[in-house]
Amino acid sequence: MIHTHILVCGGTGCRASQAKEVQEELVSLIRDKHLSQTVQVTTTGCFGFCEKGPIVKIIPDQTFYTQVTPEDARDIIEEHIIKGRKVERLLYEDPKTKKRISDSVHMNFYKKQLRIALRNCGIVDPENIDEYIARDGYQALGRVLSIYSPDEVIDIIKKSGLRGRGGAGFPTGKKWEITSQVEATQKYVVCNADEGDPGAFMDRSILEGDPHAVIEAMAICGYCIGANKGLIYIRAEYPLAIGRLLVAIEQARKYGLLGRGILGNDFEFDIELKYGAGAFVCGEETALINSMEGRRGEPVIKPPFPAEKGYFDCPTNVNNVETFANICPIVLKGAEWFSSIGTEKSKGTKVFALAGKINNVGLIEVPMGTTLREVIFDIGGGIKGGKKFKSVQTGGPSGGCLTESSLDMPIDYETLLEEGSMMGSGGMIVMDEDDCMVAISKFYLEFTLDESCGKCAPCRIGNKRLWEILNKMTKGEATEKDLEKLIDLSHTIKDTSLCGLGQTSPNPILSTFKNFKHEYLGHVRDKQCEAGQCKDLLHYTIDAKMCVGCTACLRNCPVGAISGEKKKPHLIHQDICIKCGICYEKCKFNAILHQS
Amino acid sequence: MKTIKLSSFAIETVEEACSDFQYREDELINILHRCQHKLGYLPAEVQEIIAQKLQMSVAKVYGVVSFYSFFSMIPQGKHPISICMGTACYVRGAEKLVDEFKRQLRIDVGETTQDGNFSLSCLRCVGACGLAPIVMVGDKVYGRVSAKQVKDIISEYQKSMV
Amino acid sequence: MKKIHLTIDNKAIEVAEGTTILEAAQKVGIHIPALCHMKMDDIHIENRPGGCRICSVEVKGKRNLSPACATKCLDGMEIKTNTIRVIHARRNILELIISDHPYECLTCAKSGQCELQTMAQDLGIREIHFEGEKSTYREDFSKAIIRDMDKCILCRRCITMCSDFQTVHALSAVERGFEAVVSPAFHMDLNESSCTFCGQCVAVCPTGALSEADYSKDVIQALANPEYTVIAQTAPAVRAALGESFGYPVGTSVTGQMVTALKNLGFDYVFDTDFAADMTIMEESAELLERLTRHLEGDKTVKLPILTSCCPAWVRFIEQNFPDMKEIPSTTRSPQQIFGAIAKSYFAEKIGVPREKLIVVSIMPCVAKKYECERDEFKVDGDPDVNFSITTRELARLIKISNIDFKQLEPSEFDQPLGESTGAGLIFGTTGGVIEAATRTAYELQTGKKLKKIDFESLRGMEAIRSATVDFNGLPIKIGIAHGLGHARKLLEEIQEGRCHYHAIEIMSCPGGCIGGGGQPFHHNKTSILLERQKAIYSEDKQMKIRKSHENASVMKVYEEFLGHPLSEKAEHLLHTSYFDRSSQITIDDSEM
Repeated sequence: MIHTHILVCGGTGCRASQAKEVQEELVSLIRDKHLSQTVQVTTTGCFGFCEKGPIVKIIPDQTFYTQVTPEDARDIIEEHIIKGRKVERLLYEDPKTKKRISDSVHMNFYKKQLRIALRNCGIVDPENIDEYIARDGYQALGRVLSIYSPDEVIDIIKKSGLRGRGGAGFPTGKKWEITSQVEATQKYVVCNADEGDPGAFMDRSILEGDPHAVIEAMAICGYCIGANKGLIYIRAEYPLAIGRLLVAIEQARKYGLLGRGILGNDFEFDIELKYGAGAFVCGEETALINSMEGRRGEPVIKPPFPAEKGYFDCPTNVNNVETFANICPIVLKGAEWFSSIGTEKSKGTKVFALAGKINNVGLIEVPMGTTLREVIFDIGGGIKGGKKFKSVQTGGPSGGCLTESSLDMPIDYETLLEEGSMMGSGGMIVMDEDDCMVAISKFYLEFTLDESCGKCAPCRIGNKRLWEILNKMTKGEATEKDLEKLIDLSHTIKDTSLCGLGQTSPNPILSTFKNFKHEYLGHVRDKQCEAGQCKDLLHYTIDAKMCVGCTACLRNCPVGAISGEKKKPHLIHQDICIKCGICYEKCKFNAILHQS
Repeated sequence: MKTIKLSSFAIETVEEACSDFQYREDELINILHRCQHKLGYLPAEVQEIIAQKLQMSVAKVYGVVSFYSFFSMIPQGKHPISICMGTACYVRGAEKLVDEFKRQLRIDVGETTQDGNFSLSCLRCVGACGLAPIVMVGDKVYGRVSAKQVKDIISEYQKSMV
Repeated sequence: MKKIHLTIDNKAIEVAEGTTILEAAQKVGIHIPALCHMKMDDIHIENRPGGCRICSVEVKGKRNLSPACATKCLDGMEIKTNTIRVIHARRNILELIISDHPYECLTCAKSGQCELQTMAQDLGIREIHFEGEKSTYREDFSKAIIRDMDKCILCRRCITMCSDFQTVHALSAVERGFEAVVSPAFHMDLNESSCTFCGQCVAVCPTGALSEADYSKDVIQALANPEYTVIAQTAPAVRAALGESFGYPVGTSVTGQMVTALKNLGFDYVFDTDFAADMTIMEESAELLERLTRHLEGDKTVKLPILTSCCPAWVRFIEQNFPDMKEIPSTTRSPQQIFGAIAKSYFAEKIGVPREKLIVVSIMPCVAKKYECERDEFKVDGDPDVNFSITTRELARLIKISNIDFKQLEPSEFDQPLGESTGAGLIFGTTGGVIEAATRTAYELQTGKKLKKIDFESLRGMEAIRSATVDFNGLPIKIGIAHGLGHARKLLEEIQEGRCHYHAIEIMSCPGGCIGGGGQPFHHNKTSILLERQKAIYSEDKQMKIRKSHENASVMKVYEEFLGHPLSEKAEHLLHTSYFDRSSQITIDDSEM
């Protein structure tokens, strides 16, 4: 009889820091100690707290171990499992109180979260359908098939107020309704899992941690719109998610939850995977459909919308992973429950991939209406290294950078738009005083440039020109005239590009220009980068008064540009210095100056 | 008549991939994935026979191959080095890592060293943002990498080759 | 059909459902500029990627500007095409496109005919605000077509012609983003690709990215060399279009002036390809009748239908795509090559000039003819039967270079003997013409009767695929016609599958036949121009004294004095050819990889 479960995070983040080795070590120790009858090790999806990974959780006592190494496995088994003594050093330490916290519910990181889309992540074994079923899995599908008509389900989704979590926030129920009303012999349900936003990994975590949630929701959607075929368009760069989806689909088929006659009804639905191949633009539905048909992932002009003419010209409903992950709870708990969460126009929760210069990097889910301040400072634990908050970027390459003044705004679709950003798929990157806003615009533009399909002129050539102007700025070669052109061209590209990629690509520029105009002016007028990031505008020197001669800079300089004797002020040789900034990071005495 | 020369292994691989996907043009991307997985890359000759088997034009096949960044027409280095350039890694200094790898290996992004040992590429978010910045060598992930560590990472693989 | 009401620049208009804003605007006299858009009515050619964004207009209630070419009119729409927002955006986009385009207008082959240049003028672009890196590519020189992709604006009209219309698929959009360009696979040269050199990409390219390989300088050199006797042959479709380059109304036949111009240029003899076309008919009808007779006698090995083989792009197409059907086309060479072969044998002998001192220049509506005269089988000891093939456009340039005021020229007659021609040879210039000419002759030769009516209206028109049955004195002969290689492919597939049965089929690669050739003055996507040229050809045919190939006295004389009879051994040697398998073959090579 199993009485203790050891959950090991199997998310990509934790795997990257040896979670798999931790798990193998645990399993072998359990075998050695003859505990296999009572203790079971389970791989789960992402717990979200990637900063502190690998995560290991012990059930039933809810002990939450962080940053566990394979060497720690012995203590967990010998101390905790056998002797019942928690391994203190592996418990999370609250950065403020310095107290060790054993149960995650008491951690700030989890306190303000509400997990609907991520409800099973970190709890169930994604490769075991029984665990999903034990947590009400496939009940929503059962209920839908036995007591609701398609229109009734669509009505529930409409009333819930759920909006697309992929970016633009189109009402999901409305989308289903439109597709359901088109007459056709063949229709398709498509799950867009081509998460390409740099710095966003919500969809992947859901698919890795709870694949059945998406499969079940797709089947419900198929029932509603009259489709018997579902397709998941997933990035080939997500091997773990692909593997778990394939296992889940196979299990669902075996259980009669996919295929013909699902749950004894005459409803038929099955799912197939289609692989992306590294093209961000394929997140756009028409480009996605082109790609699924084996072509270049170029978008086409809408209308017609995929709801009328989609995959192989059949009516096709496209939703993203997180959107689907919300469906089953809505069906089970009702539209009123869901719509009671959130703000007036944005209902439910939103998953964010919190990253950047923040203490608690990870995957979080919060009710709509939570403020950015709560997310960044309470959940995220504030800025890393005691630096000053400067900006938070949401919406990825389509979004914008918000400032201190937006921190108390509730997060919802409309507010973010009004503030000059957008919800996007849920990347949330926090930046501190060392981040240059011109450089960050250039970073995003470089991304857009790489990912533009090249079909329409404004995006193909316009973004190139924007990048070139920004590049000049970071090198101190731009004029105020260039700045005018930058803004003028940004507006034209937004106004005339063919698809969402081009229509939003200038957003990082426009929002940073609005909020950090002085930084742009600094780059063009004074040729200065106040954040000290644009290396062409900088040179590094050592303040002889502050330098204690600790040699840290000298030892860390990758090019040997620093000389000096121990305990005597050091010197940077400008002709050798490559302005990498390592000395600046390593100096504990603020003796390295970087100046424009 | 134009002749396309290919190894029997490559021909078999393509044939198998195409037949598994019923020679369907809309499965082109899946077929390309399969072939690249087995052959390591997609040389022109492979694309030519895929086109022939699917009865489509090779221009179109190349149009697709060259559109998607996942597909490559040059063989990768023995140890492919990828640096994540997702935003999280970027703000935590990934650019400096790219510069350092370029400097150490004396190649540009997208190139392979002359001895064929290393190739350098940038990735978009591997989703391990907690460990930013990330470097991958083959399947192995290195987290919280600093420019200083670059040299060590490279020599780790140079050693293993002796 | 449902009617839609809307306003464009405050003008109320009613249009049928499905009409685009661009089309609707045209109806109320509003010309919205567009670059990538191309629509040729009646022949179902449309390119509408919505990529250039030049035609962006403001639709009330929409957040962004909408492309007029691809946005369908909806009831109650209020559209503005000339607000400051639209004009500014349009100019910015145009500046962007130009910023990635070489500033080589003065020396560009397309100068004066370039749609990008015209638009920059029309929109008053005087400065490019967005300078930056320009795309650069290796130029690709084939014998027929030059690709200078630095000038490509990615309108993709060429792809529409190459892939959708011709189903040749030599070109595709490749790479992505700023690196995106139109190219054959792996950036290979056209020569190595499946290109048939039909030149339809050149015909529709809005800029100088695609142009014909220009041999006018070689012609000038040959004309200036006193050692050479230089003779010209002019294809039928040239005379129906050349006038357009000199300000004549579309559809004006300028045969006589063209002959005078060529004489003024210094050609020693100005002959007519129509003469050779009549010989083509003699050979081809003989072939048809021979195959037909054997067929009627129950010979199962006989290949029917017989396919015409005048069009070099078509010949290359069948060699590449249907190698197992390469025995079906008539083995008769094209008129250009028959002319070359006769000129360099029969005629050279007659005037006592050694073959290598005789330079044959063909004036063709076609760029594929440049490729054709390079084919090895049309050379004797390396000396080509036709030395240079130039297009109608190159001829117009030659005339201008030589200070000839075309409009003031008095018409003159072709030289003899290779200048005598018939209406039958003339109508080779349009779709349906070759088969009509063949029918005129085959009918009379087969039945021994005179035709009551020479015009076969049932074979004429612009329909993509046409068919008609001609009564050969009780024997129904089924004839098929296709123009455009895509349509030809369809016919071939039907034949392969045994779904259609014809005795003879005419195939031309270009829309409308040679009148729509890739070497003609640019039609700027107006089908009406093709129709006018077609009319000009048929009306000139009507005025010809002799309208049947077998009544061409000079042709008959060549047979009498030189060849003997159609399909004689000598005729086979000089006037016939064979076809090659140009498909690609996989071979195993385990030596490396």
